[in-house]
Amino acid sequence: MMNVLRDIGRGRGIGIGRNGREIGRGIARGIASCSSSSSSPSLLSSLSPSPPGPPPPINENENENQGGDVKSMNLFSAINQALHIALDSDPRAYVFGEDVSFGGVFRCTIGLTQRFGRNRVFNTPLCEQGIVGFGIGLAAMGNRAIAEIQFADYIYPAFDQIVNEAAKFRYRSGNQFNCGGLTIRAPYGAVGHGGHYHSQSPEAFFCHVPGIKVVVPRSPQQAKGLLLSSVRDPNPVVFFEPKSLYRVAVEKVPASDYMLPLSRAEVMREGSDITLVGWGAQLSVMEEACIEAEKDGISCELIDLRTLIPWDKDTVEASVRKTGRLLISHEAPVTGGFGAEIAASVVERCFLRLEAPIARICGFDTPFPLVFEPFYLPTKNKILDAIKSTVNY
Amino acid sequence: MALFLRRTTNIIKHFLVTKSSLATNQTSLTPSFFSVSHNVCSKSYGLAPIPAVFRRMESTKAAELKLDPQFYSSEEEEDDREYPSSEPEGMDFPGGKVMFTSQMSFIAEPGKTRVPCYRVLQDTGVPTSGEIHKLVSEDLATRMYNSMVTLQVMDTFLYEAQRQGRISFYMTSHGEEAVNIASAAALSSEDIILAQYREPGVLLWRGYTLQEFTNQCFGNKADRGKGRQMPSHYGSIKHNYFTISSPIATQLPQAAGAAYSLKMDNKDACVVAYMGDGCTSEGDFHAGMNFAAVMEVPIVFICRNNGYAISTPITDQFRSDGVVVKGQAYGIRSIRVDGNDALAVYNVVQTARQMAISEQRPILVEALTYRVGHHSTSDDSTKYRPASEIEHWKIAKSPITKFRTWIERNGWWNEEDELEIRKRIKKEMLQAIQVAERLEKPAVAELFTDVYDQPTKDLVEQEMLLRESIIKHPKDYPTDYAV
Ligand SMILES: Cc1ncc(C[n+]2csc(CCOP(=O)(O)OP(=O)(O)O)c2C)c(N)n1
Ligand SMILES: [Mg+2]
Repeated sequence: MMNVLRDIGRGRGIGIGRNGREIGRGIARGIASCSSSSSSPSLLSSLSPSPPGPPPPINENENENQGGDVKSMNLFSAINQALHIALDSDPRAYVFGEDVSFGGVFRCTIGLTQRFGRNRVFNTPLCEQGIVGFGIGLAAMGNRAIAEIQFADYIYPAFDQIVNEAAKFRYRSGNQFNCGGLTIRAPYGAVGHGGHYHSQSPEAFFCHVPGIKVVVPRSPQQAKGLLLSSVRDPNPVVFFEPKSLYRVAVEKVPASDYMLPLSRAEVMREGSDITLVGWGAQLSVMEEACIEAEKDGISCELIDLRTLIPWDKDTVEASVRKTGRLLISHEAPVTGGFGAEIAASVVERCFLRLEAPIARICGFDTPFPLVFEPFYLPTKNKILDAIKSTVNY
Repeated sequence: MALFLRRTTNIIKHFLVTKSSLATNQTSLTPSFFSVSHNVCSKSYGLAPIPAVFRRMESTKAAELKLDPQFYSSEEEEDDREYPSSEPEGMDFPGGKVMFTSQMSFIAEPGKTRVPCYRVLQDTGVPTSGEIHKLVSEDLATRMYNSMVTLQVMDTFLYEAQRQGRISFYMTSHGEEAVNIASAAALSSEDIILAQYREPGVLLWRGYTLQEFTNQCFGNKADRGKGRQMPSHYGSIKHNYFTISSPIATQLPQAAGAAYSLKMDNKDACVVAYMGDGCTSEGDFHAGMNFAAVMEVPIVFICRNNGYAISTPITDQFRSDGVVVKGQAYGIRSIRVDGNDALAVYNVVQTARQMAISEQRPILVEALTYRVGHHSTSDDSTKYRPASEIEHWKIAKSPITKFRTWIERNGWWNEEDELEIRKRIKKEMLQAIQVAERLEKPAVAELFTDVYDQPTKDLVEQEMLLRESIIKHPKDYPTDYAV
């Protein structure tokens, strides 16, 4: 066990690649096997998803180009490419949501209607509960339903469908039914001018719900691989996209069909004095703080959680055991944020290794305010100050 | 099936017991049926009309007269519906007697004939009937026109301000000036407004100043919303205008609750809830309509059907004959009006308001109009609709041009007035922008106020931490805020 943890702790080492690959194959198997989960040949089982041909290729080691075609692209293009692949590789995949037909308000679905037709890529009426409920039904009939909620701030009308329906579909039926083919994409987070309703980070609400997975990518390359895994995962997934990065972040993204493992954190940066845990857009702010701290001789380990539930406690625990300190940062209000869950788990697992209180640098406990955004956000210097006070505790 | 029938019989028996109380209730009311007989359930389809029972009160006789006889007939009129003679009887069922029929006929989906649209002015600005213009006096008409032009000019300036990077966002009401202003003009200032967001004209009509609009858009310290919301999210308690919330349709059930309060307080006022066509797809639309009907509250729902919800055309939004027909199923009296005809909107909303208050009932108004501008400054609508379509509505169907032609025909307006008002509003807007831009932002303390009535201990602590950070890293924070 410790060996595995150490391997994971090394992050970019060979260990993670190997393990990752195995997990990745597991995902592929999961997809293939969900088609035979029903024992008697019923309508439902005959409709269950079984991707045509061999399972999609899996590129586990995202840090190495496997020699295939690679293009620089931004986040929305990477999402768009993943959606193209998802639709292309599974004739039972569908993409829908408000304003999806013309390409979506963030251009993530551009070109999909033209390529795959209005039956597979379509506008829905303006109704989030309808979008998710429709997606659950579609998925329960053995399809891959990729639903777009225009802004994470507008996911709440669908809360009941997600929390009471999608999350409990498998459990309440004794695994006769499932809506694992459902993926809900929603742009989240601050953009500089979004105010109350175009800025929120609602991930913590969904992390309190057993039965769904919550995934947040940090970059174009991550987004493509994680989205394809989410779409093909046999469980419903809420996939929050950092909308501030849609057009900003550019990264080399393999053109191939690749998946990145869910529930697997990634050590983005190795260090020995303090562990920083975050996800999505906040990671770039945290990375800047790490670089600054380095100048002061503080060595920071930065972890991208990637999947928030079920989350990779082992990677975080291994890192904290090494550094003895932990800082968590997210844009959502600090109280009841997912940072609280991480902090509690780390205290449970490595109380005696902690050398300082766990720091949480997050949004304030206010609604997201338009003109006060620069004050509200967990900035680089707020993080840097907390790194220093934690290390000098 | 047998089980179902047995159950039904039991239910009917149950109702028979309670029938006496129902009957007494009903005798106190004048029985009257308004049977809608447009294509949805016309005789020619062999479909029984859906009767809607309602109380008739003395004060609303005038209003009733305005119900178009083509679409409403009262029970007193000869009932020539064909009921199979073999089975003339019906059953008492909560809500009124239901007749039996041996004909299995489904209520049809909408056919090609659509519910007509009430209008007073033709597109040329010429009234359809000679007398109707007397309803609106010269003074009221010119004030309405002034406001429509003011709204248009304000929109142009604030849109431009966004384009120049002075404000972060804006939504115009271009093309929908008549729905905005004429509906507002038909209301009393005591009526409570719950708007969607494309109804700033109602606030303008009530006296919210161009400076106040501009301050909100700049999010400066004079903004009553304390700079917390995006531009175009106005609100003013002084003007009985609830603060705009971006999430679509949330205002509708709230409107029913607010109207219930007016009802309980016996107020001579109603709630007016605005919405877009896209809004009608939300669950909250259903909740709002149904609550309003069941709670019998004084409320006028005004739907601006402007053809689009961002890029989504109404054909992707619903398959009903627009929005007007949705009212009936909820038991709500409804009308369709030309939203680009200020006079028609005025008449309809005035009548709707009167009925809503005197009969304590909701009314649904569907105003057909068009969103001439982009959805917002974040949108480029040429990506999803033809420029010729926009042009047509912008020029040929302009509500402002139409109304102007009419007041000019009456000799109430001329070219000079036109030049004068446009010049004046432009000057006011330039000044408003200059003033708004110079005002500093709200004090940083306002980040933490109003979360609750009193700041919590946590918030007090968080404010202290922020202040420490501002002192330590002044460069991280904007300087035009009082700390
Ligand atoms: C619950 C919710 N979902 C999505 C949105 C994003 N959104 C903002 S406006 C809009 C379209 C509304 O269309 P409509 O009701 O027709 O009003 P219009 O803009 O045409 O005046 C959408 C989808 C939102 N604000 N709230
Ligand atoms: Mg609309």
